[in-house]
Amino acid sequence: MLMSTEAFAQMAFWIVVGLTFTGAAIAVFPRNILYNVLGLALALTGVGGLYLYLGSFFIALMQLLIYVGAITIVIVFGIMMSRPLHLEVPKRELSKVAMAAAAGLFFFMAIVGVVFKTQWVPAVQRSTDWSVETIGHLLLTRYDLVFEVISLVLLVAIIGAIVTAGFTRRLS
Amino acid sequence: MNSLGTYMIVAAALFSLGLFGILQRRNLIGMLISIELMLNGANLNFMAFNRFLAPEPAVGQIIALFVMGLAAAEAAIGLSIILALFRTLQSINVERAQRLRG
Repeated sequence: MLMSTEAFAQMAFWIVVGLTFTGAAIAVFPRNILYNVLGLALALTGVGGLYLYLGSFFIALMQLLIYVGAITIVIVFGIMMSRPLHLEVPKRELSKVAMAAAAGLFFFMAIVGVVFKTQWVPAVQRSTDWSVETIGHLLLTRYDLVFEVISLVLLVAIIGAIVTAGFTRRLS
Repeated sequence: MNSLGTYMIVAAALFSLGLFGILQRRNLIGMLISIELMLNGANLNFMAFNRFLAPEPAVGQIIALFVMGLAAAEAAIGLSIILALFRTLQSINVERAQRLRG
């Protein structure tokens, strides 16, 4: 029996959601930091798939490029250069874990309550222009100041990273 | 196809997992990983609102791009701080880093 395209897309959606949550759980729960990074990569890829379902191929590509391709690799570099994996693993106190779980659960329940209580009203006039061209045009006209400020922030972050990591080497 | 509520609950679950992680980990790199999860939850929310409610679809995508840029800057500076901390303390357990406590 062949499934309809819609049912197949629906099933694929839930598989993507499952992958995202598996990755997020691997990113948070295991003690080994290397597993955490691999789980993070899986979760970020899953979120990229959700962006595809939300209709934006461009942002899904950017997610793969920036998050999975750059940030995860940078974190792996950080692990490589900091702690040998066999050294001390910080202890976890049960009370702290319980309180953290309570805080997370409380926040989740609050958000779910808000989601179901609110009447979400779409905007009256909605344009259907999803092209990358429009994004680029808006970035260079209406949002050009924000664009430049982001570039400046990135530049300052790079210089700051070099200075922070370089000075301590000279000190020690 | 799927409703706005589905995406928002997925995003909220991602954010809560990140919140749980950042409160419970004592390892700085683990905390950084949890922050990335939280940022992704927020970003997913932006994209969902953009898909279902917003008048102009381009604006939500631009916000998502900005969040990604800020996340990249945050990862770079956070990792350099972790490296500096490791060189001075020989450990990345945050509870050891208390020389400045008042």
